[in-house]
Amino acid sequence: MKMAFQQELWQPKELDVATDQLTRTEEKKELRIPAERAQSVGQTVGKPFVDNPRMICREVNVYYGDKHAIRQVSLDIARHEVIAMIGPSGCGKSTFIRCLNRMNDTIDGCRVTGQILLDGQNIYDRQVDVVPLRAQVGMVFQKPNPFPKSIYDNVAYGPKIHGLARNRSELDQIVEISLRKAGLWEEVKDRLSQSGTSLSGGQQQRLCIARTIAVGPEVILMDEPCSALDPIATGKIEELIDELRQQYSIAIVTHSMQQAARVSQRTAYFHLGDLIEVGQTDQLFTMPRHKLTQDYITGRFG
Amino acid sequence: MSRSIDIVQRGLKRRYRAERRFQRLGLAAIVVSLIFLALLFASIVHRGHGALFQTHIQLNVFFDPQILTETDLNAADYSRLVKEALYAMFPAVSGRNEKRNLSGLVSSGAAYQLRDMVLGNRAIIGTHQEIWVPADDDVDMIYKGALARDSGRLSKDQLAWVDQLHSQKKIEKQFNTAFFRSGDSREPELAGIWGAACGSFFTLLVTLALAFPLGVATAVYLEEFAPKNSWTDLIEVNINNLAAVPSIVFGLLGLAVFLNAFGLPRSAPLVGGLVLALMTLPTIIIASRAALQSVPPSIRDAALGVGASRMQMILHHVLPLALPGMLTGTIIGMARALGETAPLLMIGMVAFIVDIPHGFTDPAAVLPVQIYLWADSPERAFVERTAAATLVLLLFLIAMNGAAVVLRKKFERRW
Repeated sequence: MKMAFQQELWQPKELDVATDQLTRTEEKKELRIPAERAQSVGQTVGKPFVDNPRMICREVNVYYGDKHAIRQVSLDIARHEVIAMIGPSGCGKSTFIRCLNRMNDTIDGCRVTGQILLDGQNIYDRQVDVVPLRAQVGMVFQKPNPFPKSIYDNVAYGPKIHGLARNRSELDQIVEISLRKAGLWEEVKDRLSQSGTSLSGGQQQRLCIARTIAVGPEVILMDEPCSALDPIATGKIEELIDELRQQYSIAIVTHSMQQAARVSQRTAYFHLGDLIEVGQTDQLFTMPRHKLTQDYITGRFG
Repeated sequence: MSRSIDIVQRGLKRRYRAERRFQRLGLAAIVVSLIFLALLFASIVHRGHGALFQTHIQLNVFFDPQILTETDLNAADYSRLVKEALYAMFPAVSGRNEKRNLSGLVSSGAAYQLRDMVLGNRAIIGTHQEIWVPADDDVDMIYKGALARDSGRLSKDQLAWVDQLHSQKKIEKQFNTAFFRSGDSREPELAGIWGAACGSFFTLLVTLALAFPLGVATAVYLEEFAPKNSWTDLIEVNINNLAAVPSIVFGLLGLAVFLNAFGLPRSAPLVGGLVLALMTLPTIIIASRAALQSVPPSIRDAALGVGASRMQMILHHVLPLALPGMLTGTIIGMARALGETAPLLMIGMVAFIVDIPHGFTDPAAVLPVQIYLWADSPERAFVERTAAATLVLLLFLIAMNGAAVVLRKKFERRW
């Protein structure tokens, strides 16, 4: 009995090692296609670039101290699209989207090289200030993290510090519009003075989305926004993401391939710090071009 | 092959036994410490409750206009009024020694009491007044039963006079207002803690005004802004070391720097507060840093994510959440400062100070130093005053720690 149990524990690890070796040796060379022909770059296959993009990332590398967390990632984020980042744990997808509004600045020993352009401006330029950048590129986190303040203050905080409202009624309006956009208005309009932390998990996450859009961003980054939520709350957030696409560019990191398939137009597959494949979501899930992508989406590992 | 559930069942009893043992051990530890605390309190209350009351003697004083000449009421011989009143009560007493013994029944403070009455209301000159004046400390002790009658502190004559006063109901124990309203004195029946309490108040005010902002600012800088390098490591080690430095060393520093180099006044609450602030700083810094560390990173992310600057993130979100912990640390540090004697001895706050301080540069004593001074005094009546002052100090400490709990509860927020 004991023996069998141990074996079971060991199996997946062996599998992991095997696929890892596969990547490093053969496939890299064989699948590299010249950039101009297949619109691919580095070891990335598929279509990482789009026409008229909102954000452009070129040869982005991220280092945590000595650790090379992201290698040579080039990717565009289009206007009015949801792009999903998928991949096994530790593949760098969260690290990558945290680069897009420089949230990685807060981590000691984190270094980013390469170019990330928002509307043509390199956000890692010296003269770029992170404060307006983060107003333009908002972020929703894995765990709902409302401030321990009232629902109203949660949404009003961003507009207040940026001075977006000239008076109280304008602020009220921003709060209402943001909560409406986040689909939360009907549920909380009678208790705006209650603490944001008194809401349910799904409501809290929508409150966080409302807080983000209250600042009027162009891009919204979502780092596994549904991983702490139940299926019903998840469904609501997914609907919301789809609606928000009309106005914003959205990059979402998710562990759920079904979620990526449901909400996104394009999907990027990350593996061990490399961007392996980018493509239209339906194409990537039905006809993956890279062996690793195929292995991941068919559940061979991950 | 036995099933694993059987093995689990066999060990279950032993596990629960161990758990009960562990619980009992904790309970026993609490009981033992509570017993010690109760013993401490009981002994202090037992010794100190007597100081709440002071034996007073009723005199019929004639405010003799011949003694109280209008020209200088301040310097008039009020003790003669007291003596004359006593001689009138015991007309049989004659002879120098006996008369001196008789007037020794009443505290020398009685004369000051009469002076204050006259200065307050000149109309009483020329009248007879029934006045309760404090008895001498030896009379007080024997009357309260704290000293045996045959202890030799009072002569046979004096004991007889006290008995006579008692039978005439002209001697009784009254609430000891002097203890709560006056400063230090060589005479136990006149000594009070108000001076020391004021001194402690001014000293702690200086300490709080310096240590809290400095400590919080240091903690915020170290925790939120400082780069993590060997310099900040060095600073951190030094702060932790400072927390363990014997407090008298801070007193030596105060003597060398504040008194000798800067020329600040001796025995002043200002200097005491400075020294105690230095002593309290490490405690506040360490507590504040711990409080800042305990603020969940998700709140910081949330604030930065909507575009708050670092300062806005700290002021609007991190500090309000860390405040309860900071306040707790501060109050515990202040409570330690309130009970501190050693560093204050070095800067002259151990001096005998009768006047009640009215400012930060007036000479003053503090409560623990007052306790130390009284504990050193030979008079028996100071024993109960020492205990009573300790009791007052403990009450202050309980109040401060209670305030820490209340503040923590009030500002504590969930996330």
